Amino acid sequence: MKVTFPHMGNTFISAKALLDDIGVEYIIPPYNNKKTLEIGTKYAPEMACIPLKINLGNYIQAYEQGADTILITGGRGPCRFGYYCEMSREILADANYNMDVITIDGPNGDMKKFFEKIKKLAGGFNIYKILKVVKNTTIVAKRVDEIEKLTFKIRPRELKKGSTDRVYKDFLNRVRTVKGSKGILELLKETEKKLLEIEIDKDFAPLKVGIVGEIYTTIDPFTNFQIESKLGNMGIEVDRAVTVSGWIIEHMLKNILPLSKDRQFSDAAQPYLGRMIGGHAQETIGNTVLYAQKGYDGVVQIYPLTCMPEIVAQSILPSIERDYDIPVLTLIIDEMTGEAGYMTRIEAFVDLLNKRRERLRSGKNIALSWS
Amino acid sequence: MSKKVGIPRALFYYQYFPLWNTFFEELGAEVVVSGNTTKKIMDEGAKTCVDEACLPIKIFYGHVIDIKDKVDYLFIPRFTSVSKGEYICPKFGGLPDMIRNTITDLPEIIDVDVDLWKKGSNPIVSAFEVGGYFTDDRRKIRRAYRKAMESFRDFRRDVKKGILPEDIINKKLRLIKKTDGPRLNIAVVGHSYNIYDSYVNMDMVNKLKNNGVNILTVDMVDSSIIKEKVKTLSKKMFWNYGTRAIGSVLHFLDRKDIDGIIYLMSFGCGIDAFVGDMVERRVRRKKDLPYMVLTIDEHTGEAGMDTRIEAFIDMIRWRNKGESNISAHG
Repeated sequence: MKVTFPHMGNTFISAKALLDDIGVEYIIPPYNNKKTLEIGTKYAPEMACIPLKINLGNYIQAYEQGADTILITGGRGPCRFGYYCEMSREILADANYNMDVITIDGPNGDMKKFFEKIKKLAGGFNIYKILKVVKNTTIVAKRVDEIEKLTFKIRPRELKKGSTDRVYKDFLNRVRTVKGSKGILELLKETEKKLLEIEIDKDFAPLKVGIVGEIYTTIDPFTNFQIESKLGNMGIEVDRAVTVSGWIIEHMLKNILPLSKDRQFSDAAQPYLGRMIGGHAQETIGNTVLYAQKGYDGVVQIYPLTCMPEIVAQSILPSIERDYDIPVLTLIIDEMTGEAGYMTRIEAFVDLLNKRRERLRSGKNIALSWS
Repeated sequence: MSKKVGIPRALFYYQYFPLWNTFFEELGAEVVVSGNTTKKIMDEGAKTCVDEACLPIKIFYGHVIDIKDKVDYLFIPRFTSVSKGEYICPKFGGLPDMIRNTITDLPEIIDVDVDLWKKGSNPIVSAFEVGGYFTDDRRKIRRAYRKAMESFRDFRRDVKKGILPEDIINKKLRLIKKTDGPRLNIAVVGHSYNIYDSYVNMDMVNKLKNNGVNILTVDMVDSSIIKEKVKTLSKKMFWNYGTRAIGSVLHFLDRKDIDGIIYLMSFGCGIDAFVGDMVERRVRRKKDLPYMVLTIDEHTGEAGMDTRIEAFIDMIRWRNKGESNISAHG
């Protein structure tokens, strides 16, 4: 059995730690690239959201390298992600790619099935070993997100442009070669040290932009055209509240363990969207309010075309723009999105934010809000 | 004076109107339904709504704009789930919030939660909440609810017999032109609000009927059959519509008397993207049955639709006559 899994930004690092520690043979698909998307677009339904298309591309590229089993998490809706496992199974079968799909669903009542799947994957069931592996994986995911957050802070302030990107790229290249959660954590430590050594302008006060939206498109740099790095290099500090580790802890672990969930964003979303409606709509709304309250200069919402929950969020965002006087830019991504047009919009938005801050500082607030 | 409750003629109107209507009337409220969908309603909706939303949502916006100034309350329930363990589209769950945050000068919105996802939830909870807007008498609400459920059951029974909801609600049966050749049975799979809104689907239902076609829809299949059929899926679909669509298609595939399947979807519908694809795979794998997907959005041209429908029916007739072996894939 050679396991593979779909890419989503840095998720592969946590997946690698998990599979290394259990001792399963696996293949990391090539990093998302144009070819991946091309393959996926060929097989996926036309109106499927872009993450499914990229995932399919990942599986097929991994299959070509010898993978035969797919590991993916499930869900119970109403977001379409919960049905990705079945769609992939059907599509791959019809396209004659003979692959097995293991779905890790929350144990919703059916504990036996859940344990069987873990047994199948881990080749035995040792509760202590599994708990330890889960714990280490979670630590890796958290550390990776910390490093990523650190790059968000350093990138706009670096004196020599491009230093952060260089360190970070080096990390991504080397992380594929180190072994297990231990090796990854060591590399993370080294990377952190290198990042902190980068010379920065301590007095520079960058514009601050929050990134909200659907989880895949906000986290995966290929899909969103490296928006975090691009904004950073334009001298903007970005922040993204939805992270891989957050997802693992909130959606996977807390569904199994009796822990209370993080309610901060849903409290903030209350006046606008009082209920969880699936996907990350409530996070989008809540985090936009929180960013506004924290004094951010703007918010960027990113989501894949036809994403149902984010369409609801997008319809509500204009009210938050008005109530909190914060500009919001919505970017929608599919396989036809061209980078040039996309960048023009981002640059225009940044210009607007700069001008807006200038005017606010001079006391003459005549800037228009983005709508 | 009785209070006026506005019900937009869109989305779940086509599934639940008899229920809502009886309930409100029993409570002494006056029910105002927006007019039939027109170009004006569609354009207003498309202009107000975010571009990325699907056509049915845009139409819903148009209907809200159409009646908002004529009523005291707007009835926009928040449908999260109508069956155990199954959801509807996320847009249904966020509909009242979408409307509230986009359209201004609205009357009070009755946005009761309808969430039957958990085992043992009872819709009467929602009924009490809605009833509370009109009366404090819980017995009266209970009575109204019972009557509403009765008329809803009658409505469902008539639909199962093969009468289209539009005809039941309007209390008339349309005349159908006589055609030569035997009548065909074509299953039309799609959301009720696409199939039964004759403006949105450009009168597809009547065009089919006038071409000598009997129409079968998902609503005409018994839920026990659907339940049996979807057991063959390796993972249960968590959308109410998805389960019903795929269950009925599997049922249609088993029947000998179905001549073809038309899948009607709206552009940008997230659930149709998956369900439609699943359905198509099943049809193609199982047998040589003519299958066509029609996608509609606010730009669809009627001539193109007509051509495809006519070609589809011609193809089926030729196949049945055995003139030559015409492929099912068009």
